[in-house]
Amino acid sequence: MALPAAFFAVFFAYPVAAIVARGLKADGGWQPGRIADVLAQSDLRQVLWFTTWQALLSTALTLVIALPGAYVLARFDFPGRQALRAVITVPFVLPTVVVGTAFMALVGRGGLLDELWGVRLDTTVWAILLAHVFFNYAVVVRTVGGLWAQLDPRQEEAARMLGASRLTAWRTVTLPALAPAVAAAALMVFLFTFTSFGVVQILGGPAFSTLEVEIYRQTADLFDLSTAAVLTLVQFVAVGAILALHAWTVRRRETALRLVDASVTARRPRGAGQRALLGGVVATVVVLLLLPLAVLVQRSFGGAGLAYYRALTEADGGVFLVAPIEAIGNSLRYAVTATVIAVVIGGLAAVALTRRDAGRLVRGFDALLMLPLGVSAVTVGFGFLIALDEPPLDLRASWILVPLAQALVGVPFVVRTMLPVLRAVDVRLREAASVLGASPWRAWREVDLPLVRRALLIAAGFAFAVSLGEFGATVFIARPDNPTLPVAVARLLGRPGDLNYGQAMALSTILMIVCAVALLVLERLRTDRTGEF
Amino acid sequence: MPTDSLPPTESPIPADSLLRLEDATVRFGGRAALDAVGLGVAEHEIVCVLGPSGSGKSTLLRAVAGLQPLDAGRILLDGRDQAGVPAHKRGVGLMFQDHQLFPQRDVGGNVAFGLRMHGTPRAEQTRRVQELLELVGLPGASGRAVAALSGGEQQRVALARALAPSPRLLMLDEPLGQLDRSLRERLVVELRELFGRLGTTVLAVTHDQGEAFALADRVVVMRDGRIAQSGTPLEVWRRPADAFVARFLGFENVVEATVADGVAVTPWGKVPVPWDAPEGTRPLLVRPAGVRLVPAGDGLRCTVTARTFRGTHVAVRLQPEDAPSLEAACALRDAPEVGDVTGVEFDGAEIAVLG
Repeated sequence: MALPAAFFAVFFAYPVAAIVARGLKADGGWQPGRIADVLAQSDLRQVLWFTTWQALLSTALTLVIALPGAYVLARFDFPGRQALRAVITVPFVLPTVVVGTAFMALVGRGGLLDELWGVRLDTTVWAILLAHVFFNYAVVVRTVGGLWAQLDPRQEEAARMLGASRLTAWRTVTLPALAPAVAAAALMVFLFTFTSFGVVQILGGPAFSTLEVEIYRQTADLFDLSTAAVLTLVQFVAVGAILALHAWTVRRRETALRLVDASVTARRPRGAGQRALLGGVVATVVVLLLLPLAVLVQRSFGGAGLAYYRALTEADGGVFLVAPIEAIGNSLRYAVTATVIAVVIGGLAAVALTRRDAGRLVRGFDALLMLPLGVSAVTVGFGFLIALDEPPLDLRASWILVPLAQALVGVPFVVRTMLPVLRAVDVRLREAASVLGASPWRAWREVDLPLVRRALLIAAGFAFAVSLGEFGATVFIARPDNPTLPVAVARLLGRPGDLNYGQAMALSTILMIVCAVALLVLERLRTDRTGEF
Repeated sequence: MPTDSLPPTESPIPADSLLRLEDATVRFGGRAALDAVGLGVAEHEIVCVLGPSGSGKSTLLRAVAGLQPLDAGRILLDGRDQAGVPAHKRGVGLMFQDHQLFPQRDVGGNVAFGLRMHGTPRAEQTRRVQELLELVGLPGASGRAVAALSGGEQQRVALARALAPSPRLLMLDEPLGQLDRSLRERLVVELRELFGRLGTTVLAVTHDQGEAFALADRVVVMRDGRIAQSGTPLEVWRRPADAFVARFLGFENVVEATVADGVAVTPWGKVPVPWDAPEGTRPLLVRPAGVRLVPAGDGLRCTVTARTFRGTHVAVRLQPEDAPSLEAACALRDAPEVGDVTGVEFDGAEIAVLG
């Protein structure tokens, strides 16, 4: 408990507080008037407005497209179901930069649609919306579908025996049971899209900018710290509100639903309607999720064979001080370190949260742990730079800075994955072990560890994928001679020329493959009941 | 019920008991789950704690096992105070209510667990596991998955697991609680026979009086965290300490009576009592066998309101005109029909005046 708390205090609360203080303090005093000044600027109000409505629209669109998918995967049994389930999860763990690049290759200038029909969406908001749907499809399918698969179909049958039509039975029995899960998923999607950075940075162009992108622009390009600080505060408040709502819906979801084993609720699709629905979902997944990735891979070869991949191995002294290919090594090294940190910190926090005598304070910590998911990664990254710059915590020159920031984002995933599993371990099993002569540590090793080992591996995998793809914070603190994969991709994209573009595609493809492999390994381990992501 | 003297079966705890509880108290919030309990278990003795749910009997076991700290009082094993001794160093065995077998280990792995914790050599472990599985009637089950076992088999594995490290005291929490009736009746006999053979000291808790009476050398009845009565099964059955114990044992004919000169005045009229019955105003128990049916007109006039077939006899519920209802046991061929009017007389040998 003490270690995770200290970790968060030093590497999260302190840097964020430091950057806020830096922005709002002038001449030795607080300047709360700045907040009003900033919010009065019409272009910033525009950013706030755009951030909100694109998030709302993205959420609505994701729900509309993903709910049929949730239904199909929950209730239908068909060949390739496991594979489909794995495929839809790939995008969620893909780095935002890769997603942005993939959509660029699909709908951007010189993209596939441009070549075929002369259609370009990269100047419209649609590119962003589609990328957001791509990303969050899995969130809805996992959260809603996971519950849907465990709802007892006999409840609906009972309603029908009492005279309800098929539709009425669904509306009055299933829908109310699903509603909290739908709400929780929607809030999660809203949170992710509200704080979207990488996707908007790449696809938004000069026309569209979210709060997160604006915070980056204000700090990195304009050095206007006070504006950035105010925007950080605004985002902080919004995220806090969303997380509070989310915690509330999750609590409601946990109440009094009788769940059954998911394997008994699915059956083969029957009739033309159900087969059409299944076909539609598969088609959606292919077009929306697989096509962008396929185009990305195709562009990385660009008719030039392996030329772009070969170019990655050469340092041109321009964009990078080192060959881009070295970013792979950096990324892996950072991600492994970040994973170790995230698993230790998150695991300890989860164990502390499952203790029976956990008080209010500890439960509050639960919500706090979720904050890094929503608080501007850019702020954290920049906060690291300005807060951890004096002894004894002068880490600016240390490579550990990057894994620390990445671990911060990984911890919530570890906690969320571990908590339900740890909570499910019966304390009396532990007691049985101790009566048989096992010391508390031995009892944990003999009883808890075997039961949570899978969850631990899954948590580690998530932390690894998230760390690998982390962009917002890393872009600030990764040093020029040690870029990570996402940072290298973004830099390549920021420069003109086919070679740079092709190299970005090639590097993204490599990143995608690493993430997908990590995920597919996980998918073999995971069960439906594990975790909330 | 007022009790102005200790129940006659209550005796001081022998100093050489293997297990001694002295004023053991556990409070949950304001409620005392164990209220100054004193109890002793001698070596090789089988003691069964009997009580309704919430009477504190499981808390008693958990306190002895070291899973539940005491708020006051002492627990001594072999004369040594166990305060501060953690569960894994107490050397007692506990068989949990729903067995709590380790799901990720097979049968052999479960039974060997305690041996491993005590550093028993591997060859010795294998030998002992085999021996125990034979003892509980599951020879060759070592490699089976726990999930594939039936309830009765799980119970046997749990027992073997608890016995494996040869605990100086074996505790059983509702050992047969979840099993069906015929299995329970068979296993309780097997258990008693087994414990007798091994010389195991046993402290068991149950809410089932049949189980307790069949298993125990001594029965301890608990109520609201206190010991209501302690004695051999026969003693407890024949002389329940008070109205609570009598009702808990399933007796329904319990009323307030005034006893003097070998006769008790009750709402059912005057009834004979044993010559040595204590005098004064006390609860009085009439066992169903002591309620004799006689032709209408003789004795107490009653109407039959229900009859229940009980296998060996018929339980007949009788309603006198203005007194509490009575339960009588009579042979099947003599049982009156519902609605019949009958007379009732009382047999002094089946009447007990309670504490």
